[in-house]
Amino acid sequence: MTPLVDCQRVAFAYPARNPGAGAFAIRDLTFEVRAGETFGVIGPNASGKTTLVRLLSRVLAPSGGRILLEGQDVTRLDRAAVARQVAVVPQDIPHGFPHTVEELVLMGRFPRAPHRFFETEADRAASRRAMEAVGVLELRSALLDRLSGGERQRVMLARALAQEPRLLILDEPTAHLDLRYQAECAGLLRRLAGQRRLTIVLVSHDLGFAAELCDRLLLMAAGSPVRVGPPETVMDEGVLEAVYGCRVIVDKHPISRRPTVHLVYPTDTD
Amino acid sequence: MSEPAPASRARLAVLLGGLGLLVIVSALGALFIGSASVPPRDVLAVLTGRVRGVDQVVVLSLRLPRILAALLAGGALAVAGAGFQGLARNPLAEPSVLGVSSGAAFGVVVAQVFGLGGSLVEAVGLAACAFAGALVAGGAVYLIASRAGGLPVHTLLLAGVIVGIFFSSAITVLISVVDFDRLGGVVHWLLGNLGPVAPGSLAVFAALTAVGGWLVIGAARRLNLLALGEESAQQLGVDALGLKRRIFAGAALLTAAAVAFAGPIGFVGLIVPQSLRLLLGPDNRVVIPAALLGGGAFLLLADTVARNVIAPAELSVGVITAFCGTPFFIYLLRARAANPHL
Repeated sequence: MTPLVDCQRVAFAYPARNPGAGAFAIRDLTFEVRAGETFGVIGPNASGKTTLVRLLSRVLAPSGGRILLEGQDVTRLDRAAVARQVAVVPQDIPHGFPHTVEELVLMGRFPRAPHRFFETEADRAASRRAMEAVGVLELRSALLDRLSGGERQRVMLARALAQEPRLLILDEPTAHLDLRYQAECAGLLRRLAGQRRLTIVLVSHDLGFAAELCDRLLLMAAGSPVRVGPPETVMDEGVLEAVYGCRVIVDKHPISRRPTVHLVYPTDTD
Repeated sequence: MSEPAPASRARLAVLLGGLGLLVIVSALGALFIGSASVPPRDVLAVLTGRVRGVDQVVVLSLRLPRILAALLAGGALAVAGAGFQGLARNPLAEPSVLGVSSGAAFGVVVAQVFGLGGSLVEAVGLAACAFAGALVAGGAVYLIASRAGGLPVHTLLLAGVIVGIFFSSAITVLISVVDFDRLGGVVHWLLGNLGPVAPGSLAVFAALTAVGGWLVIGAARRLNLLALGEESAQQLGVDALGLKRRIFAGAALLTAAAVAFAGPIGFVGLIVPQSLRLLLGPDNRVVIPAALLGGGAFLLLADTVARNVIAPAELSVGVITAFCGTPFFIYLLRARAANPHL
């Protein structure tokens, strides 16, 4: 079966004069994402996670190798065609964004008919379904700046769902969320993966969160893949200590039995 | 603030119908008002073709072209302002604030030094020089103000002011060097002054406004998406670079046309789109087409005031728009500090 995403020896470097803000180069990256799975991308800062999101969503084109989306080279597809298949949930929306929640979610309908000036009733219905799916329908007239971090997160997820994509990419979904919203976010993603058969790529700093939700993980370091596989094989004490440069203990979550990582905090005698 | 109805073709049609009516009523009204006293009955007689002579000249050759020029210039400047605001993601961006008007004005003065005037071909040359000036000034402001990750509000405004001052000084140099008689009326024009525009020029003006308006209005939906940031817009299928070039070219063309045929009239691009946003919400698909008609009506009103308030002498319409625009600019600047949605 053709994988949904097939990255073959992908390389990318930002031009020296114009480095991407906070994003780093990628070398010789090969992995695939299978239809229906939840795939986690983990790694320390500067490991190339953000660059990978930009490559998968065709914001950037690889300088070497190729990325196939259902067997088609993404660089040969136009942007709207990619956006009909791949939806990205960004970390946040710019401050002062002037539109309401519903207007934002309707923007997710753009790639479905880029040459249309106004959305149709069908677009409005799709947006309402997306808002319902993540429980933000009652917020539809609110402005984004008035919402909590968890609400903003769900609204951005609704916009991505309105695209009706095959692949959902989440860029650090828990970065701005406290524990309750992290739990909500995890529940929501499980539901989307389970009920909608959505393929999810989850880019996260939070190793426990990624291990809990993902079928397989990709561990990156300095733009190169270190390990790909189920959380149990990727979350190895020796490997993580080498990649992150600190002492860790890998344990099992008492309920899910998935791996969790404990940081060994330095004492004052170290 | 009440919730604006969702953007749809029906809502836009009703809105444009209403504004179109406003434009027609104000244009007809302006035909009857002026320093030369033509009795209303005689204006009607001229319009129905029953009277010739002085009254006909006043109504058809002086007032009518001026009304049309005001409608075109107002619409062009308002759409250009809305375009620059969406492009810079900054509510204070506007052709005169950004220095783009001054660049276009410099182009026009250069063209006049070479003797380009009112015929059809010369009008095209005039507009081309204005467009070149607008592109250079806009490009300079962008290069000065841009940082990795966007255009900071204050840097953009300061860059606009500096570029504007530079081109204003360059205009002063040209006027000082060249025989003043050859640039007759240029000072009045520089203040933003709607004079009688020759039919050939009016046709070029209308064509350029149509092209520029199409470039900006046709991209209004994508311009909405740009508010998400460039990367998110690209991830939704927008060619962000192509969009920015299209909006910039359209807004610069509209500015150039307005400056070439009506003068660098300030603040229309600020007052009109921002007032419409306060009334209609932020959707560019509604605000920008409405700005085309609303800007025309606003400038016509301002010009009618300018023609009559100290009659038989005349104020420059740019003075009226500046008197309206400066308090509005200050209000937006202050309100923005409290509420970044404005």
